[in-house]
Amino acid sequence: MLAEIGQFLLGLALLTALCLSIIPLLGYFLKRKDWLLLARPLAYLLFILVFGAFLSLVWLFVVQDFSVAYVWRNSNTLLPLRYRISAVWGAHEGSMLLWVTIQALWVALVARFSQSLSHDRIGRVLAVLGWVSLGFLAFVVFTSNPFERLFPIPAEGVDLNPLLQDIGLIIHPPILYAGYVGLSVPYAIAIAALLGGDLDEKWIRWSRPWTNAAWAFLTLGIVLGSWWAYYELGWGGWWFWDPVENASFMPWLAATALIHVQAVSERRNAFRGWTVLLSILVFSLSVLGTFLVRSGILTSVHAFASDPERGTFVLALLGFYTGGGLLLYALRAHRIRSEPGFELSSRETLLLANSLIFLVATLTVLLGTLFPLVFDAFGKKISVGPPYFGLMFFLIMVPMVVLLPLGVMMRWHRDSFRRVIRLLLPPFVLTTVLTVIVWWLLNPLPLKALAGVYGGIWLLVNTLFAIFTEKGTLTRARLGMHLAHLGVAFFVFGVSMTEHTDFEKDLLMNPGESATFKGYTFTFEGVRRKRVENYLAEEGTFKVYQDNQLITILHPQKREYPRQQKPMTEAAIDPGVMRDIYISLGEQLNDQGGWSVRIYIKPFIRWMWGGGLLMMLGGLLAATDRRYKRHATAESRHLADQWLENNAQPISAGTTSKA
Amino acid sequence: MKTQLRKKPAARPFFQYPRKWLLAALLFSQTLLAIDVYQFDTPQQEALYRHLTEELRCLVCQNQNIADSDADLAKDLRQEVAQFVKQGKTQEEIIDYLVQRYGDFVRYSPPVRIDTIVLWTLPFAVLLFGGWGLIRTIKANNQTNAAAIAKTHSQPTSADSPTEPDS
Amino acid sequence: MKKSTSTWLKAILPLIIFIGFVALLMSGIGKNPRLIPSPLIGKPAPDFALPSLHDPKRIIRKQDLLGQYYLLNVWGSWCPSCRVEHPMVSQLASSGLIPVYGLNWKDEPENAKAWLQQFGDPYADILVDYEGRTAIDFGVYGAPESFIIDKKGIIRHKVVGEITPQVVQNELIPLIRILDAES
Repeated sequence: MLAEIGQFLLGLALLTALCLSIIPLLGYFLKRKDWLLLARPLAYLLFILVFGAFLSLVWLFVVQDFSVAYVWRNSNTLLPLRYRISAVWGAHEGSMLLWVTIQALWVALVARFSQSLSHDRIGRVLAVLGWVSLGFLAFVVFTSNPFERLFPIPAEGVDLNPLLQDIGLIIHPPILYAGYVGLSVPYAIAIAALLGGDLDEKWIRWSRPWTNAAWAFLTLGIVLGSWWAYYELGWGGWWFWDPVENASFMPWLAATALIHVQAVSERRNAFRGWTVLLSILVFSLSVLGTFLVRSGILTSVHAFASDPERGTFVLALLGFYTGGGLLLYALRAHRIRSEPGFELSSRETLLLANSLIFLVATLTVLLGTLFPLVFDAFGKKISVGPPYFGLMFFLIMVPMVVLLPLGVMMRWHRDSFRRVIRLLLPPFVLTTVLTVIVWWLLNPLPLKALAGVYGGIWLLVNTLFAIFTEKGTLTRARLGMHLAHLGVAFFVFGVSMTEHTDFEKDLLMNPGESATFKGYTFTFEGVRRKRVENYLAEEGTFKVYQDNQLITILHPQKREYPRQQKPMTEAAIDPGVMRDIYISLGEQLNDQGGWSVRIYIKPFIRWMWGGGLLMMLGGLLAATDRRYKRHATAESRHLADQWLENNAQPISAGTTSKA
Repeated sequence: MKTQLRKKPAARPFFQYPRKWLLAALLFSQTLLAIDVYQFDTPQQEALYRHLTEELRCLVCQNQNIADSDADLAKDLRQEVAQFVKQGKTQEEIIDYLVQRYGDFVRYSPPVRIDTIVLWTLPFAVLLFGGWGLIRTIKANNQTNAAAIAKTHSQPTSADSPTEPDS
Repeated sequence: MKKSTSTWLKAILPLIIFIGFVALLMSGIGKNPRLIPSPLIGKPAPDFALPSLHDPKRIIRKQDLLGQYYLLNVWGSWCPSCRVEHPMVSQLASSGLIPVYGLNWKDEPENAKAWLQQFGDPYADILVDYEGRTAIDFGVYGAPESFIIDKKGIIRHKVVGEITPQVVQNELIPLIRILDAES
């Protein structure tokens, strides 16, 4: 019964989304205020309906209703309650339901926190978000229904993939989706502005906190995913440049570019078209990500749905949202006025340069990810993997790191490079001194690691320097920016150290044997079998000594889940600020209880994720800047609604008519 | 089309197309870590072995290098690579050997060739061209605007200061 | 006038790029990204010298098989898909269209023999690649795979996966005609 209710709610949600996508737009073009006013209530209703459907599925998992095919495939009676709930998004159908639920939540939030926008504007924005919701709801209902029944009813479910039975996978998808889906808000704003042809700074100012928030969620989602892959997969990597990972990285890169361009276009009537294009691009990449993940056109280490029909559907959505957006842009581009009013040596130029660098980075990831497809079209095969991306990223990010402090220090509108370079001279000297000290402490360092250390310290010193000189006048937005830049500093440092100075050793260890690497002594005490919750484990015991003192005991496991045939490696990690010690168990190699063992020592790996977290915090802090609120109250709705009362031309930028 | 390989010692396929229950968003097909223990004469050889196994792609896996893969073929290839390394073959020789048999697909580092020129140069071309375009646009607009601003004084930009709150 | 066309072009350029991009994505739908074409096609088959399954003392070399075109079928008793294609392979062999040789890959000879006893032995001869070295030389990455080698010892075609009636009809028979025409 509950499954039918869920199904019914989804159907109603689809209808609501249809109304939301049409009625306010009609209201806008026919100048019917009452129709425009329906946008908010419809947005709330949409959320309630979708959330109701989502809760139905959660409950079906809690009570283990195996008559529902999706529940049967992804759960069984042995599964602990917490994993039964996360199993809701453990596979394709449920994860898409989570996706539309979060989408509906964003729509409701936009409806709630948009008091400063006039009805015609919020009506348009919500209508565009209605289109987005409609497409993905249709995708769920018509191709990926999680409420499908099964007959005859099985007595026992299959199982949730053991990899998903983990805290990381409980929280990673919702956060990541919040980021992906949140990027539909700047898209909707850009499209709404294009529809009306009234792209002004109010739109962009209003778009900024939403962009920041979505970007922050995406950042956290990626960090969580990377951290999860690191501890869960057992082979010590934290980023594989796999298509599915790239799918989340591309929107992140493009959104980073967008955030920086918005800073320019909010205050100058310049590069607004660029802002609009980036807004469209960012959301398109998020839809493209869905396509890559769910269509199976690329081979990924994350096995995903290889379903051409679903792929075609998502591609159609991509074509509609992006193609429609770009068509609208083509029709309206001449209405977007561009008057830079700033000089070449100004903060604006550097912010735009930043957006260019990040756009090129996005393009590189896109190119590398899809290049095998180009080869495929010619009947050839090629692999583009970590060596390519690693090299290209290093080269592309060098100018970014060098120029970042310049952009922070530069004045708006007009400045002189000479002044700023003079300002940057003391930090430059300090950076060099500090790098020499670090090099002396951590010697030997390979050249690439040294370059990264130099870059990291350069960003750190400059950001602290900037915070110091600005203290007292720091707004939340400015502080958020500095925080995010500090995050970049830690990230650059952490990545360089982990990637270029890590230690890895595969070896055979018999019980009682010891091995010493990098000042750590590892003593293997053997492997024993044990039964835990819903799996069997072979658990090794390693004592780790430093200077003859026991610092930790690690228990890597090899797990066997009875319902699955595949065994799993569960690494044991001793995390630390300066280094992680990471041990994985291979297999038993002899009758004396000897096992193959892999030991990693990963220096400063936590700094990398710490950097990501700082970036996220910075983004969120900037999103809550008072400025957005101040403007919100200042521009009273009354004034903004004059448009409706006056019955003016819906397109305000009439000054640039074709004549 | 199905292809399967033997799993030692028991004859059980390790490589199969995703079954229905595997149609998930974020599942790893290969979850078992493979660890081989090879003895090398020098640390350089060991480093070369590690480097090569990380850059060579396991053909039957979803998207994994042969260093991490538990697949039988990956194991064979690791053994082959280890032998070559011990025989003192160079990185190029070993990669060429495998590319001759399995094609470019086997290496994660795409070759620099005429048909991959776009892959290696397009990002830099866009960076250079974009930078040039950016500078040109700003300069051009600045010149046309300078006159307009002087006439109308419509831009309040002169009040801006470096401590102006913004990000 | 000239300027307005260039602005128009600038406005529509993103859309044009996007359409090309979607076409690329569409071309990828439904294709199997894991099918890897062999770089050895049109090149001489690698040298091999492997014992025969039924008479391990007899070594079969590449040279021994020159002068005729043949199909080399890679299989193992551990491979379920090989069992699926086996009737088709048998039919192909008995039809006399093309001689079929087997490459028994990474298999225990006893298991292989028992398997053949149960399902029938259509092969003209069977080469045993116990270590899998020859298979690597051939670029084999799974089983079953089949190679068609012409009388000069050149690899002309490779079938990855099961040999189905469609494969015989659409790939093998046309190629056999060409091979016949060459001799």
